[in-house]
Amino acid sequence: MSVKKKFKGLSDKAVAWLFIGPSVFLLLAINIYPLIYAIRMSFTNFYANKIGREPQFVGLKNYIKVLNKEAIWEKMQVTANFMFWTLLLQAVIGLGLALLLNRKFKGNELLTTLIVLPMMLSPAVVGVFWTYLYNPQVGLFNYVVNFFYDFGSFDMIGSSELAPWSIVIVDTWMWTPFTMLICLAGLRSVPNYLYEAAEVDRASKWQQFIYITLPSVLPFLLLALLFRGIENFKMFDMVVELTSGGPGSATELASINLKREAFEKWKTGYSSAFAVILFVTIFGFGNVYVKVMNKIKER
Amino acid sequence: MILLFVSLFAFSANSNAKSITLGWAAWDPANALQELTKEFTAETGIDVNFEFVPWPNFADRMLNELNNKGKTFDLLIGDSQWIGAGAVYGHYVKLNDFFNKEGISMNDFSPATVYAYSTWPKGSENYYALPAMGDALAWAYRKDWFDRPELKSEFKKKHGYDLGVPASWDQLYDMCTFFQGREIDGQKRYGAAINTERGSEGITMGVTAAMYAWGMEYENPNKPYDMEGYFNSPQAVEAVEFYRKLYEGCAPPGHSDAYMVANLDAYKSGQVAFQMNWYAFWPGVSKEDSDGRVSGFFANPKQNVAAATLGGQGISVVKYSDKQDLALEYIKWFARPDVQQKWWDLGGYSCHNDVLNSPSFPTSTVYAQGFLDSMGIVKDFWQEPTFVELMLPMQEAIHDYVVNGKGTAKGALDKIIEEWVEVFEADGKL
Repeated sequence: MSVKKKFKGLSDKAVAWLFIGPSVFLLLAINIYPLIYAIRMSFTNFYANKIGREPQFVGLKNYIKVLNKEAIWEKMQVTANFMFWTLLLQAVIGLGLALLLNRKFKGNELLTTLIVLPMMLSPAVVGVFWTYLYNPQVGLFNYVVNFFYDFGSFDMIGSSELAPWSIVIVDTWMWTPFTMLICLAGLRSVPNYLYEAAEVDRASKWQQFIYITLPSVLPFLLLALLFRGIENFKMFDMVVELTSGGPGSATELASINLKREAFEKWKTGYSSAFAVILFVTIFGFGNVYVKVMNKIKER
Repeated sequence: MILLFVSLFAFSANSNAKSITLGWAAWDPANALQELTKEFTAETGIDVNFEFVPWPNFADRMLNELNNKGKTFDLLIGDSQWIGAGAVYGHYVKLNDFFNKEGISMNDFSPATVYAYSTWPKGSENYYALPAMGDALAWAYRKDWFDRPELKSEFKKKHGYDLGVPASWDQLYDMCTFFQGREIDGQKRYGAAINTERGSEGITMGVTAAMYAWGMEYENPNKPYDMEGYFNSPQAVEAVEFYRKLYEGCAPPGHSDAYMVANLDAYKSGQVAFQMNWYAFWPGVSKEDSDGRVSGFFANPKQNVAAATLGGQGISVVKYSDKQDLALEYIKWFARPDVQQKWWDLGGYSCHNDVLNSPSFPTSTVYAQGFLDSMGIVKDFWQEPTFVELMLPMQEAIHDYVVNGKGTAKGALDKIIEEWVEVFEADGKL
């Protein structure tokens, strides 16, 4: 039986459901069901490794415990610092690189390809090889820094002051190309006649940047930062390989702590509550952010 | 074509029926075991597949497998601390009936290893593993540097005693600082490569080597799980402070997240005078030093008491395996004295009395006597079913204090007790 015959007689709505059905099923099975299950678990004292022990309902106890735990707030602070600095640096450097690459010059394409390379690597691999780059005895990073100013031997990963910066640097190195690419798409969508009209009105380059380029590229930049923000809130693999969350807990992001609570300590109920709190946080911030972004776009 | 498929299927079905999978950590002794096992396959026709997991992921990988009732492994050489969880959660097969049936006596194995690797509850006669690989944390040192007359006399002049195997942690510190930053043969050298790893168990295994030597006890011997005043006793605090002093004053730069392989690398590359590591690595170190000129080995130094951190593992049959009979056959073969002797000869650390009590054993290698000494004084971390929950807060708090330089040693130990109390309460022990 041909496909045409088979679908004959089906309404448009039915065909539409036929197409989106598998996706909806997968979404329900892989995302929604585990989410509902996790919410249910968050009200129990369930330990996934304690076979045969029935979970008991504990009400809001896990949520209260998470919110009252000083260590959790420390991890949230580490995460917030990491997000703030990575997003700021990626926005500034990414936009700068996009402006540079938006110009026509010899080697532009080669340079774009080279800049984009880091984001094509696996985060775990990046984490591992940056541990070598940061090595105070043989690492290239110390050598390069000391080439410009002699700080002597310093340990980026072993020092509590420098370790948070070590993960910010690596994430910025890896993901600035992503921000750059999105900004570049935005820059290339700005019609040329706007600049021509500005030239006629004798607007300076700076004024052209402030009144034409920036407003045009801002929605793209904000979108890139939204993606990066969500990703960095969940950041795990690169940091685990690079610092294991250390020294001490100086770079232990919320996601790393969550993994340790859930799959090393097996505190399933408690970690479900923590996961729900993280989900609500990122979902809330995401929604506010999208609303702000839409308002900027409308202007 | 059909015939080819049929024969392939028949081959795979046949090979599945006569093969087992053994899981262990990826390190030198695992290679020795692989070599040894060829004899088992030759004798029985049972193929043994090996899955060796790198140490940093070993516990995660294996414990997830057990918690998920996985059938990947028929035999598991699991860490000593897992025995509680293996027994209580039913991951390991209880071996008493099998031992009785096959005439395998636990009296034939070193008592310390039976206690540590096989029994749960501790010291009972319930056996869940056969002692497979004895191990303890020990030290290697650059004997060739220590033998240099100019360094010997300079050290003696400075400290008033001979440069040699340190008799205490204080002496160890003197020697480490003596080498720290010193130029030898045109290269800058450092004191000691010690455990500082944050992710799994590294820094805990390292700091407890000092804490045990200072006389730390985990709990009140008369009141289980009563840790206040024991785990955070003044001696324990002093030991943790000492470990930080050792890290700050003697570790090579960048040695802030280091465990077995990193310590080994620092030592082999000539950066350090001492390395802290497991006996399991000494055959490899010794092999590269055939005339014994470069490296010397010694047991964990005494401070207030003689003690060493226990390593090592027992071999267990996984409850979820469909091939328990074949796995048990392997254990029966492995328990044989002649196999145990070969195990030692190949670089594995046998726990069998026939091997350990043999008159030639102490001189069989340069580290054999140290191994015997250490196995008589070993102490282990909690072996509770909740040992991972107990390990993680210790890793974090000790790393925070020793490497990160945050807070005080007493504060770190108090914080650990606080977390441990929570774990024991959740487990119904308190």
